[in-house]
Amino acid sequence: MELVKNVVCPFCGTLCDDIICKVEDNEIVGTKNACRIGHSKFVHAEGAERYRKPLMRKSGELVEVSMDEAIDKAATILAESKRPLMYGWSCTECDAQAVGVELAEEARAVIDNTASVCHGPSVLALQDVGYPICTFGEVKNRADVVVYWGCNPMHAHPRHLSRNVFGRGFFRDRGRPDRTLIVVDPRKSDSSKLADIHLQLDFNKDYELLDAMRAVLLGHEILYDEVAGIPREKIYEVVDALKNAQFGILFFGMGITHSRGKHRNIDTAIMLVEDLNDSAKFTLIPMRGHYNVTGFNQVCTWESGYPYCVDFSTGTPRYNPGETGSNDLLQNKETDGMMVIASDPGAHFPQKALERMAEIPVIAIEPHRTPTTEMADVVIPPAIVGMETDGTAYRMEGVPIRMRKVVDSGLLPDREILKRILKKVKEIKAASK
Amino acid sequence: MEHIIKNGIVYDPLNEVNGEQMDICIKDGKIVDSVSEDANVTDASGQIIMPGGVDPHTHIAGAKVNVGRMIRPEDSKKDAESLAGIKRAGSGFSVPSTFMTGYRYAKMGYTTAMEAAMPPLLARHTHEEFVDTPIIDHAAYPLFGNNWFVMDYLKEGDLDKCAAYVSWLLKSTKGYTIKIVNPAGTEAWAWGGNVHGINDPAPYFDVTGADIIKGLAEVNEMLGLPHPIHLHCNDLGHPGNYETTLASFDIPKGIKVNPKHGSREAVLYATHVQFHSYGGTNWRDFVSEAPKIADYVNKNDHIVIDVGQVTLDETTTMTADGPMEYDLHTLNGLKWANCDVELETGSGVVPFLYSPRAPVPSAQWGVGLELFLLVNDPGKICLTTDSPNAGPFTRYPRVMAWLMSNRYRTDMIENKIHKWAQRKTSIATLDREYSLYEIAQISRSTPAKVLGLSDTKGHLGVGADADISIFNFNPETQDPSADYMAVEEALSNASYVFKDGEIVVKDGAVVNIGIHGRTYWVNSLYDAELEKQVEAEVEKVFKQYYSVNFANYPVQDEYLPRSNPVNGVME
Repeated sequence: MELVKNVVCPFCGTLCDDIICKVEDNEIVGTKNACRIGHSKFVHAEGAERYRKPLMRKSGELVEVSMDEAIDKAATILAESKRPLMYGWSCTECDAQAVGVELAEEARAVIDNTASVCHGPSVLALQDVGYPICTFGEVKNRADVVVYWGCNPMHAHPRHLSRNVFGRGFFRDRGRPDRTLIVVDPRKSDSSKLADIHLQLDFNKDYELLDAMRAVLLGHEILYDEVAGIPREKIYEVVDALKNAQFGILFFGMGITHSRGKHRNIDTAIMLVEDLNDSAKFTLIPMRGHYNVTGFNQVCTWESGYPYCVDFSTGTPRYNPGETGSNDLLQNKETDGMMVIASDPGAHFPQKALERMAEIPVIAIEPHRTPTTEMADVVIPPAIVGMETDGTAYRMEGVPIRMRKVVDSGLLPDREILKRILKKVKEIKAASK
Repeated sequence: MEHIIKNGIVYDPLNEVNGEQMDICIKDGKIVDSVSEDANVTDASGQIIMPGGVDPHTHIAGAKVNVGRMIRPEDSKKDAESLAGIKRAGSGFSVPSTFMTGYRYAKMGYTTAMEAAMPPLLARHTHEEFVDTPIIDHAAYPLFGNNWFVMDYLKEGDLDKCAAYVSWLLKSTKGYTIKIVNPAGTEAWAWGGNVHGINDPAPYFDVTGADIIKGLAEVNEMLGLPHPIHLHCNDLGHPGNYETTLASFDIPKGIKVNPKHGSREAVLYATHVQFHSYGGTNWRDFVSEAPKIADYVNKNDHIVIDVGQVTLDETTTMTADGPMEYDLHTLNGLKWANCDVELETGSGVVPFLYSPRAPVPSAQWGVGLELFLLVNDPGKICLTTDSPNAGPFTRYPRVMAWLMSNRYRTDMIENKIHKWAQRKTSIATLDREYSLYEIAQISRSTPAKVLGLSDTKGHLGVGADADISIFNFNPETQDPSADYMAVEEALSNASYVFKDGEIVVKDGAVVNIGIHGRTYWVNSLYDAELEKQVEAEVEKVFKQYYSVNFANYPVQDEYLPRSNPVNGVME
């Protein structure tokens, strides 16, 4: 058995890079340091059906085809669609994403990633009011006040708390006892159980609570006994803790980006953090889900100028979330050909979007059998990044780490598949001119 | 492949060629004595020939640059380009996307540009963007001025260990020089504070800006680096900061210059000095102290500066000076991005509108031009706008035209901008006009020399890289002083640009991407034993206080498609 060290986990945005993989006969058979979710990804836990050959739907059934045939078909779908959509990108590495943006330009497609149904509202908010963040190490070394708002890291980012809250830092050498942990969540969760203060607010009242906190911070009094189900005195107490922080951090997740108010919630949360810097040092970090969802937003921004929802239909990048988002294009029945890569909208998109996906040709570049591949006309299985191939990923707050290759699958990496499709699309476009 | 460029009027200050008509021969990407008769001929009759431009300080790639793009879709919307032939699409006026950055530098005849601030932990990001930046050669400057290891070693007075650490970090991040930004101040910002002046210590670490500047200046020469320390002084943008600036300039004076590559004479490179030349105590009684700063530069030979000229545009400010960006945000109320980077540095991004109708930006415009016009030797001053901080790099041709034409400046002062330019600065009394030779100095030879790259960059002598710009402006029949719009137009759209001997721009349009630009980085080995010992110390600290593993920290070779190491000391 061989031990491979310093492996980077291709699961969540915490991007732990201290995993040790136990390898036997070119198979990962065990891990050390990984959380249970990361571990099960590495060892292919039961239930995951892996594709190893390209497939195409013929007479309703997915049948094995040659790689060339699958690439030709994928390229033809993209080149011949009037309004192609290229969605996903968050579970692959940055080189693949970069080829993807070039392919979107060539195919005059709309390119969008999972942020569209995830931290998209956070992107809109940071474009409104700013983005004061820090890296994880700053939290570990300095933070004495840690807030998790609308997220449950114990389940979704299992090592997040151990690395950032329980971890002993330079100026916080006792770790957890040196910090005040505040969890804001309408539910009792395994994260809220660990908190010093749990603000169990009413559903969909995040905006009201944030606004009340800002008002208190700016010196106003609360005129009601409670706001969002939280007693006035409790709000005073929490604001006091926040503004007396030496170094405070706000982690926020889907519970606030997708409750009522959406990006307006995040607007206010960011402005709360900005206001807090009058009296304290305060920063924030969005709890990004997929391990490289951040990477796509980075790559797409440096190549096109915009982080997601980029429309290349005129050749010039255009950005208008609400019109150029994946769900907008699907639910408005605008798109007539879709490529899905490194994500599973089949499992996560609303019914109306799925209905459109069922009507149009769908390409899935995807290693496993998923609800998306069930709807696909072409399935091309790639090597899995971080296990079977290498490449860059960006941690949730933007620290880039090189993913390692641990075993050999013999499959093409995403970037190679995309390059071949790109070449073919160029040929088709040149021939039609 | 051979080329000959015939009959152009050549400005090549490093070889003391001042407006002579001569032919330039190119073979295999280099400038040579002569070529065969089969060489491709480019006729440059009646046109200016200069070496490719060299930008010693710009922000074009990396984490904060991309945050600048991401938080400002409005900046992208007003300036987008379509996919066209060999050119990729993109957008961004003040912070263009990577492809547009390469094309736009090339279009102006610039072939080398240096990213001036790279947080070591995020170095991979900067290099990833370089991979997507076409045409131009480049390098990145890692930030050292608030680094915990540096501050600890300096506090212990252990310069040897500090040098070994710097040497290791330059290699690990594939960085080019020691960049210092608001020394001690950005560490203070990690607690929400700042330092004032050079004698105010960083909290806990208890070393001052002065200690850091002095220590790193000595380390720089111990390592024999090609470029001097690259200093962004304390107190940026504060009225009255010129005293801090002059005191900072004086710190490395007397240290013996020791480059192992190149032929620089300076031990200090001070950047965007325009922002550091302010007198007064607040924005009401603010006055320009640029004459005092210029006087210091004139009297001292250990320093080269760049200006950071305000171009009077709407732009995006971005710097590792975290507290300054927060101050700016509280001043102008616009959106604020920030990123504190563990054990190393911080950064901030805030949009800014330098309105020509507003008093302060107009005065800042005057301060920058005063520096240009009052520093006598163009061998000591470089053209920058600290792009995009004081304005985007695409305005370099306009700044050059301002420098060459008193009439252009007078028109600005009298008709276009706020009267503070006259009231708060002496710009209206200065009638010096740069010659084309002097323009070639501040944009080509001076930056190339101070970067330690003047063996192959910034000149047109035999052996230089064939990076050549040709502009359709005839100095024998046209006068840049009178015909300033024509010279600005010509410099904005080169008639030809050669990069590594290939034509990449023709008639102001990118026609060829050529080969990928070089990534310059410094390879040094101060003391192999000591470097190992320091590496072991660093690894221990990593385990406890960093959030990435030591083994995953250094930038892998895959990120440098055209790696070009430049040696410092090698034991």
